[in-house]
Amino acid sequence: MQTPRVAGVGLTRFGVHPERTGRDLFAEAALAAIDDAGVDRSSIEALHYGNFMGEFAENQGHQGPLMAEAVGLSDRPATRHESACASSGVALREAVRAIRCGEADVVLVGGAERMNNLGTAGATEALAIAADDLFEVRAGVTFPGAYALMARAYFDAYGGRREDLAHIAVKNHDHALENEYAQFQRAISVETALEAPMIAEPLGIYDSCPITDGASALVLVSDDYAVRNDVDASVAVTGSAQGGDTLALQDRREIARTPATERAADAAYGDAGIEADDVDFAEVHDCFTIAEVLAIEALGFYEVGEGIAAARRGETDRNGERPINLSGGLKAKGHPVGATGTSQVVEVTRLLRGDHPNSDSVSDATTGVAHNAGGTVASVTVHVLEHTRRGEVGE
Amino acid sequence: MSDPTDYDEGYDDLLDAIDDSEGYYLSCPSGHGSLPPRRVCPVCGDPQLRETPIPDVGRVVTYTVVHVPTPQFDGAAPYVTAIAEFGDVRLTGLVAADPDAVSVGADVSVGVETFDSERRIVFETL
Ligand SMILES: [Zn+2]
Repeated sequence: MQTPRVAGVGLTRFGVHPERTGRDLFAEAALAAIDDAGVDRSSIEALHYGNFMGEFAENQGHQGPLMAEAVGLSDRPATRHESACASSGVALREAVRAIRCGEADVVLVGGAERMNNLGTAGATEALAIAADDLFEVRAGVTFPGAYALMARAYFDAYGGRREDLAHIAVKNHDHALENEYAQFQRAISVETALEAPMIAEPLGIYDSCPITDGASALVLVSDDYAVRNDVDASVAVTGSAQGGDTLALQDRREIARTPATERAADAAYGDAGIEADDVDFAEVHDCFTIAEVLAIEALGFYEVGEGIAAARRGETDRNGERPINLSGGLKAKGHPVGATGTSQVVEVTRLLRGDHPNSDSVSDATTGVAHNAGGTVASVTVHVLEHTRRGEVGE
Repeated sequence: MSDPTDYDEGYDDLLDAIDDSEGYYLSCPSGHGSLPPRRVCPVCGDPQLRETPIPDVGRVVTYTVVHVPTPQFDGAAPYVTAIAEFGDVRLTGLVAADPDAVSVGADVSVGVETFDSERRIVFETL
């Protein structure tokens, strides 16, 4: 089986770009990734692309060919994957599978989302369709509202306070300070977070990721291709898995846990031949602060009920034993939903290669994880990335 | 409601029943509760689903006060949405009560109310 390697990465600056089309955002990120990879563009065999709300934002379905065309690959097979906020995590998984099974040697994968042109109410409406329309949205559930239901259930089951969540926001803002691609490069305080207006109680504005426009892309190549063409690709995707759960929160036995992540993590770690303890750092899906808590527990870094205190204790910051969201996370880097999954892998790759502004915090690291979730974690992907020499993995 | 393009069979039938105080859920032989329309149990896949009365009293499992709504709820915020457990099944509904009157563990009953020309599941605190 071939091991997929990350040959190149690209991002747009995440932020407020309401005037920019999805195709322009994706082209910027994808062309940067191809340039970073140093592979001949004509060698790219397929595009896997993630996007969630194109029908709302741009009245645009069928975006696969549109995006391939935007990077000069109009005759290649191109597929859009839609799994809410996990869209490009799922796209990545398909690219990984194509390379592993030997069907392709070079695949472009990424995602893009245009959101700010919808305004806050419009983006809130578009995000809400990730939930069950009949049984959740009609009862007033918004995307922040769904995570607020999980946060309240967590506090009720395991304890914790809004202040614990505020420490997560403060940490992730701090991590984004030097990240030139981040939407927010400014520090906040616990007091600022706690005093900010509420979105859906107990979550306030600083518990929530912003509304973001942006794109991300990766060029994946097979191990063989990298050796044959002398491609510098020191980071390999060694584990890949996807988990699933009921769409509606009400149908889950435990609202304060995310078993889809537990299942995906077990499978991805098994795939890579590692244990949770081997993970040096992770980019996790913190669309809301409580989501980071649920993620680090489900990924096996903390016992259930213990993750809430991790940021307050400094265990997950840049100087902690296992840094979480060194990019700034969705909270501070931003969350252009369809672009998020592959943007996390871009960040993990740069952190492992040593060309990320926060690489010094993980200079001895060899293993990073990317966790990308859709809806209230009804869809989720977990990818394990390892820094290795070519030919070292998969033999 | 009789307009078939605006009627969701199964779901709207359930709302009719809840409105008549005859609400039901679907119960499989293994005791998994689910809501219509279903052809099989979502947990175990068993096709033998039996309509079972929703108990009169439910218990709030979790709730939120939504301050930033979707356009459908424009003007209604802040409002309370809760998940409540009625025996083997859970429902999500708007809570017709002041936020301060809602708590985890509170008893509620279920009904249906029309808001913004859409029928919605609503809880009342008891
Ligand atoms: Zn069953």
